[in-house]
Amino acid sequence: MLPLIIIIGLTLVIGLLTHSRWRSWSLLVASILVIYWLQPSTPIRHLDFWLPTACLGLSIFGWVITSQRDAIFARTNVLAEVVIFALVLLLGAMRYLDPICCLTPTRPPELGQIFIAVAIISACSFFLSRFGQGRVGWLYGLSILILGFFVILKSEPLARLASMGLRSINAQSVSLATGLDIRWLGFSYVAFRLLHTLRDRLSGRLPGMTLQEYVIYVIFYPAFTAGPIDRIQRFVVDLHQPEKFSAERALQGGRRILMGIFSKFVLADGLALLALNSINADQVISTGWLWIMLYAYAMRIYFDFSGYTNIAIGLGHLLGIQLPENFERPYLKTNLTLFWNSWHMTLANWFRAYFFNPLTRALRSRPKSLPFPFIIFIGQLSTFILIGLWHGISWNFAIWGAWHGLGLFIHNRWSELMRSKSLSIEAHPRLKGLVSVMGVVITFNYVSLGWVWFVLSKPDQSWKTLLKLFGVG
Amino acid sequence: MNIPVSEVDIQAVRFWKRVIIKGISLFLLVNLLFAPVNPLPMLGKISAYNRIFPGRVRFPYGEKPDLAYNMSLYSLQAMFASHELAAGKKPNDEYRVLLVGDSSVWGYLLKPDNTLAANINALSLKVVENKTVRVYNLGYPTMSLAKDLLILSDAMLYQPDLIIWLVTLESFPIERQLDSPILQNNPSSMQDLIRHYSLNLDLNDPRFSKGNFLNDTLIGQRRALADNLRLQLYGVMWAATGVDQYYPPSYDPPQEDLDSNVTFQGMQPPELDAKDLALNVLSAGSLIVGKVPIIYVNEPIYISHGQNSEVRYNFFYPRWAYDQYRQLFKQTCQQNAWRCLDEWNLVPADEFTNSAIHMSPLGTQMLATELGEAIISIHQP
Repeated sequence: MLPLIIIIGLTLVIGLLTHSRWRSWSLLVASILVIYWLQPSTPIRHLDFWLPTACLGLSIFGWVITSQRDAIFARTNVLAEVVIFALVLLLGAMRYLDPICCLTPTRPPELGQIFIAVAIISACSFFLSRFGQGRVGWLYGLSILILGFFVILKSEPLARLASMGLRSINAQSVSLATGLDIRWLGFSYVAFRLLHTLRDRLSGRLPGMTLQEYVIYVIFYPAFTAGPIDRIQRFVVDLHQPEKFSAERALQGGRRILMGIFSKFVLADGLALLALNSINADQVISTGWLWIMLYAYAMRIYFDFSGYTNIAIGLGHLLGIQLPENFERPYLKTNLTLFWNSWHMTLANWFRAYFFNPLTRALRSRPKSLPFPFIIFIGQLSTFILIGLWHGISWNFAIWGAWHGLGLFIHNRWSELMRSKSLSIEAHPRLKGLVSVMGVVITFNYVSLGWVWFVLSKPDQSWKTLLKLFGVG
Repeated sequence: MNIPVSEVDIQAVRFWKRVIIKGISLFLLVNLLFAPVNPLPMLGKISAYNRIFPGRVRFPYGEKPDLAYNMSLYSLQAMFASHELAAGKKPNDEYRVLLVGDSSVWGYLLKPDNTLAANINALSLKVVENKTVRVYNLGYPTMSLAKDLLILSDAMLYQPDLIIWLVTLESFPIERQLDSPILQNNPSSMQDLIRHYSLNLDLNDPRFSKGNFLNDTLIGQRRALADNLRLQLYGVMWAATGVDQYYPPSYDPPQEDLDSNVTFQGMQPPELDAKDLALNVLSAGSLIVGKVPIIYVNEPIYISHGQNSEVRYNFFYPRWAYDQYRQLFKQTCQQNAWRCLDEWNLVPADEFTNSAIHMSPLGTQMLATELGEAIISIHQP
C-alpha cells in the first residue's frame, strides 16, 4: 500500500501544482522515476536497472522511426532526450549516495556502464534517424524485435535460456537460471503501445509528436503495470488539454481510486485465499466446493484487474487525463460477445484493430472467397489464441484462447440462427427477461469454466479439474 | 439549469469537506470506543465454522497459511469457535474426552485422520451407559504446561467427561512456561490463572504483551481482526480440501548422533531440581477440572542409539534429567493420587518423524491403543 500512497501523493502534487508545459515535463520525470522504482528486483545482477532503461531505449527508438524526418534535432526533442538520459545517469549515480541509495531495488551498475548504455542508445537513435525513419523495413524490424522480447519473456524455456545468457555475461551461476529470473515490469503493456504506434505509422494514421509526448504515452505511470492500453492519438490530446484540476475532478478520481483499492486489496486479496489454483485443484474433495473455488477465482481475477484499472483511471483523473475504461460489468453480460466487449476492453480492441480486422479483411479479399462463417471462425479462433498466448506461451493459455474463440464463433452462429426468433422474444417482456438471465448464467459459467485453463498450468490437470467439476473422476 | 463550473467546484469542495470531517469523526469515535469496549473476545466467538463450514479437528495453527489453509492467531475465543468441539450441544450418548498437550497431540506432520484423537475415535470405544467415546484434539504446538492449562481452563465450558493431558519434560521448566505466544497475547487470562492457583510464575513477566490505549484501539487491534477474518476465509479451503497443515516433501529425522553436553535447560547433573519444574501447573489442572477425571500421560520420546546415546536419550533430553523427571512425575502422581501413565518408551525409534516427540501414524496408533485402554479402565471397578 505504501508505494500506492506515495504515487497518489505524487499525482496530486503534479495535478495540483503543475500547469501547461511543466505538467508534461513533470509527468515525464515522474513516469521515469516510477518505472525504476516499481521494477522488482531480479536475481540477475543490475537487471532491475537495465530493464527500465531498455523500456526507455525502446521508446526512444520507437519515436525515432515513427517521427518525421529531422524531428530528432528539434530543440524540444533534444531537450527531452537530455532530460531522459540525465535522469538515467542520476538514478545510476545514486549508487554513490549511500544515505539515499537507491530508487531501484538493488544498487545500480557502475556509472561508466550506464554512460556506455546511454551512448549506445544515443548512437542507435542517431543511426535510426538517418537510415530508419519511417522506413517500412525498420518499422517491421522494431516490431519484430519487440515481439521477440515478448516471446522470450512469455516462454519459460526461452526466458530460462535468456537468463542463462545474462548470468554468464554477469559471471553468475548459470545453473541457477530459471524462467522467472527476468521480471520485466510493464513490458506487456509497453509492447502493445509501441506496436500500436509502429502499426499506425505504417498505415499513416500516426500524427507527428514530440519525444516527450511519445515517452510519456509509452510509460505513463498510472497505466504502466496493468493498463489500460490507450491510443496515442487520444492520449496526446488529453496531455495538452487536460481538464482543469477541480474539486469535482478530484472527487471523481478519488472515488475511482478508493473503488480500486477496495476491489484489489479487500475483495481480490480476500478471494485469493479461497480461489482455485494448481495446488488446491488436486486437493479438493467435493464438486460443490470446487465450483465455489472456481467462482472465487473468477471474481478474484475480475476484482484484481478491474481494481488496478480503477486506480489507474482515478490517477488519470487527478492528472486530467481520461484513460479508457477497461471493464464494464463483464459478468453481467448476456452473451460472450458482449462479455468480450466489456472485459479488458482495451486489449480486445487492440487485437481487433491490429489482428482480427486485417486478417478477416485479407481473407475476404482473396480471389477465391472463403465462406463467411469460416472467415469468422478463423479470425476469432486465431485472435483469441493470440490473446491467450499474450498471457504466456503455454498450451493452457492457447487452449484458454481457443475456448473463447470457439465460444464466440458458436455465439455468432447461434445469433444468426436465432435472428428470426428474436423479434418474437422481444415482444414478450417476461420471456425476454428469462432469456437474458439465462444468457448471463450461461456466459458467466462458460467464462468461469474457461478460467480452469487459465489458472492451472498443465492441460491434464485442467482437464481433470473440468471433469471433476461435472462429477467425473 | 446550467451550473457554472465554479459553483460545481464549490459544491464538490463542500461535499469533500463534509466527507472528510465525518470520516475523521467516525474513525476517531470507533477507535475511542473500541479500546474500552474491547469487542475482540465477542467477535472471536462469531464464527462461520460449525455453521457454514465443518469445525476444525484441531486448533488453528500454521506458518504457511496459503498452503496449509490454516494459521496461528492469538484469539482463544476464535480458536475454540473454529473447533469442532464448539459444534452445538453435547449429544446425550457422547462420552467427551479432551486431549491436551503439545505438537505431538496436535499432530505435527500428521493428516487429520492420523492424529491421536482420530486414532482413539477409530477404536469406537463404548463406556458407561453405552456412551460412545468421542475424543477432541485440543493440542497446541508449543511446549508449555501453562499454555495447556490456559486451554484447559477454557475447554471446561464444553462439558468434558475425561481429560487426558499429555506432557513431556520439555514442557516443564519454569523458564519456558511463558514462552508461548498464545499465552503472552492473552495476558489477563493467564494472569488470572497464576493468581487463582498461586502458580510459581511471574505475574509481571515482561513477555506478557503490554496493553495500552493505542494498542487497544481498532488500529492497534487491526491484525487480530484481520487474522480472525482470514481464519473464516480459510474455512472454505478447510471444508473443500480437508487440509489443515502444510506437509513438506521431506524433513530431517530426529538426530541420532548426539552432543555429549549433558546440561538440560541450564540445569547441571546430578540432580534435577523440582523447584525448576512447573509441577504445580499440573496441580492447577487437577483443580480446574474439578470432578472430571484426568489422566496425565508422559508421552513417548525418541530414544537414540547413536553417538553419545549413553548420556542422552535424544536431542532434547540428557538421560540423567529425563530419568529423574520420570521419577518426579511418578512421585507427584502418587502423592496426589492422580491417574498417570508413563508411555515414554512405548514407540520405537522408527516411528518418529522430525523430532523426538513427533510420531508417525503408526507410532500414534500405538499410543492411541494404550490411551483407549486407559479410557475404558477408568470406569471399570
